[in-house]
Amino acid sequence: MAKPVTMPQLGESVTEGTLSRWLKSEGDEIQKYEPLCEVVNDKVDTEVPSPLAGRIEKLLIQEGETVDVGTEIALIAVEGEADETPAEPPVDEEAPEPEEALAAAPAAPGGDGRESLAEKSAEELRLTRSSPVVRRLAAEHGIDLRQISGSGIGGRVTKKDILSYIEELEKAPAAPSADGEREERAPAAVAEEPRERVALYEGDEIVELTNIRRAIASRMSRSKREAPHAWTMVEVDVTGLVALRERHKEEFRRREGISLTYLPFIIKAVVESLKEHPVLNSVWDGDRIVLRKQINVGVAVDLEEGALVVPVIKEADSYGIVGLARKASELIKKARGKSLSPDDITGGTFTVNNPGALGSVISTPIINYPQAAILSAEAIVKRPVVLENDAIAIRSMMNLEVSFDHRVLDGGAALRFLNAVKGRLESYGPESGVS
Amino acid sequence: MATRSLVQAIHDGLAEEMRADETVMVMGEDVGRAGGVFRVTEGLQQEFGPYRALDTPLAESLIVGAAIGLAANGMKPVAEIQFADFIPPAFDQIVSEAARFRYRSNNAWNCQITVRAPYGHIPGGALYHSQSVEAWFCNVPGLKVVAPTYPADAKGLLKAAIRDPDPVIFFEHKKAYRLLKQEVPENDYTVPLRKAKVHREGTDMTVVSYGVMLHLVLEAAEKLAGEHGIEVEVVEPLTLYPLDKATILESARKTGKFLVVSEANLEGSVSGEIASIVAEEAFEWLDGPVMRLGAPNVPGIPFAKPLMDWYVPDLERIQGKMLELARY
Repeated sequence: MAKPVTMPQLGESVTEGTLSRWLKSEGDEIQKYEPLCEVVNDKVDTEVPSPLAGRIEKLLIQEGETVDVGTEIALIAVEGEADETPAEPPVDEEAPEPEEALAAAPAAPGGDGRESLAEKSAEELRLTRSSPVVRRLAAEHGIDLRQISGSGIGGRVTKKDILSYIEELEKAPAAPSADGEREERAPAAVAEEPRERVALYEGDEIVELTNIRRAIASRMSRSKREAPHAWTMVEVDVTGLVALRERHKEEFRRREGISLTYLPFIIKAVVESLKEHPVLNSVWDGDRIVLRKQINVGVAVDLEEGALVVPVIKEADSYGIVGLARKASELIKKARGKSLSPDDITGGTFTVNNPGALGSVISTPIINYPQAAILSAEAIVKRPVVLENDAIAIRSMMNLEVSFDHRVLDGGAALRFLNAVKGRLESYGPESGVS
Repeated sequence: MATRSLVQAIHDGLAEEMRADETVMVMGEDVGRAGGVFRVTEGLQQEFGPYRALDTPLAESLIVGAAIGLAANGMKPVAEIQFADFIPPAFDQIVSEAARFRYRSNNAWNCQITVRAPYGHIPGGALYHSQSVEAWFCNVPGLKVVAPTYPADAKGLLKAAIRDPDPVIFFEHKKAYRLLKQEVPENDYTVPLRKAKVHREGTDMTVVSYGVMLHLVLEAAEKLAGEHGIEVEVVEPLTLYPLDKATILESARKTGKFLVVSEANLEGSVSGEIASIVAEEAFEWLDGPVMRLGAPNVPGIPFAKPLMDWYVPDLERIQGKMLELARY
């Protein structure tokens, strides 16, 4: 008989996935764990292995379709079992009463989509399912809840939120349109995006959004909309660190097979300073602040084709310079090779941005929401500097900046943290050693 | 109108009914010569004599059993159980006899008795003088269970209970006896049984409560309005069984957020019944989980003051729970 395959959950707090490509067709035989399809989710492409061996009876969703985690996507006729009874629910021999069998069905292992719904956390369900009244209002007005920014617990869309959203929609004049079909579904169309197109001129090229571009757009907008950003900068004299790196880089490359960059030094200084200033390693949670115990540092990685990903070094405080260098190099390699797993890009508690690698000397980064702060390390440039004894010297200087969520902390805390990082980076000398 | 405490309002209700109808009588431990341990029946024996304000032995089963017999012979007895904690010996008479009298006799006989019982926490009351036992009787078709909080409602409901042709269990919160005072009409009036009361209108959430907890809920509602701009609708069931579903559901559907507060043990409580009615019949209107605040599942209210304070919800916990729901 045919058994369903459901959309898997690709990483924590992921609630849906887009099926980008079927790797099998209806009628194909498939082995257990053989790739069945590719699913994209925000920033990650993943091959989904088949949980069953058998013949593919039916593909239930189209390529390009986005469905909730747990939705049935395909039916596989399991080997050795005839498929003449596809619609009947399995009747357990030990439960002769049909009522009992039905009652047991949702909890049965290997069951339908409900099972994975039950596995979701309350936090996830609140965001996508909100509450009965909100779901009903959304259905009545054809509204996608994701369009509304929620004021409830964990960003949940409350009844008030959706009612005021509906009120706004009703106030907005319905755009006159020659296209009857569009006019008919005007509320839903308006709900999706107040989309006034820019004028197009000859030769203009239209680029459809990739998933990753769309994810970046929505996250950046949300961060700027919700978190009041403040920004501050210090100058760091890294002459000693430059000398240290110069002294070790050849030997490091020979020994480790990767190049020694400034990044691991910066991350280590950040991690140690976060321990002293935990408010920077925190999350704004509506009516309270959550100080994260784990220090998981995201590293912004530019992918040249117009994308940015932030793989996360989990428990970054458990590594030294060499470990951080290996870990960062591995994640960057995976990012560029598009082989990051969903877990590689989730769970970050603080983000390090490294635009200096591209030559930037000043930037004002957007916080990686819902984290409390992001640090930017700029390019190291030689500059004439007035030293303490009033002499002028040529020093290697670097600007270090943080953007922070001013709801969570203030400039004083940000600068105490920044100065702690600065102190650590300035303390390196050619003799310090790399460990 | 005159300002009356809850004790005085109930006393007045009894005295007025006894003056108006010579078949109305009170009976119980120390209700006659002593005037009742809480002074509810003070002066009744002087005015109505020893047979209509009847002192009984310390035997709750006898008190209710005799009341049933008197009712069968045309009297309208109001039996007092000195503390609701001592009602278990009378349980069989109430549940097996009084509640089924009409049903068992195929509508030939009714059982017009009122059983008054002071309930609820009081400092030092501990295991035998502080329990909230209302849930025991709210699973017994044939009974009505009434638990008013404020003096004017109590007087009107007591009169309605005495006049009701079937058995009514009438719970009075003993901490409210002298704590709660208000203007009480002096004319003859009743407050209908099986009808809930909206004490305060609001749009953001509904809180259902009764007894001293209701008094705290109303105080918390004012604070929430002043400090957070949250408007809480407060509903008192008045009759706990059978419940006025319509009023409760109307409020739940209006606000979409629902909390029940009582000082009874939560599991198997009246709060649980109220919450499940809302979960079942107002589901499509809900904007948050149906919540309850009550006492932990501990066998009895502790004697030690700090432990009693931990056991019984206080203003701070009530306000906290209301805020939690408001912010959901």
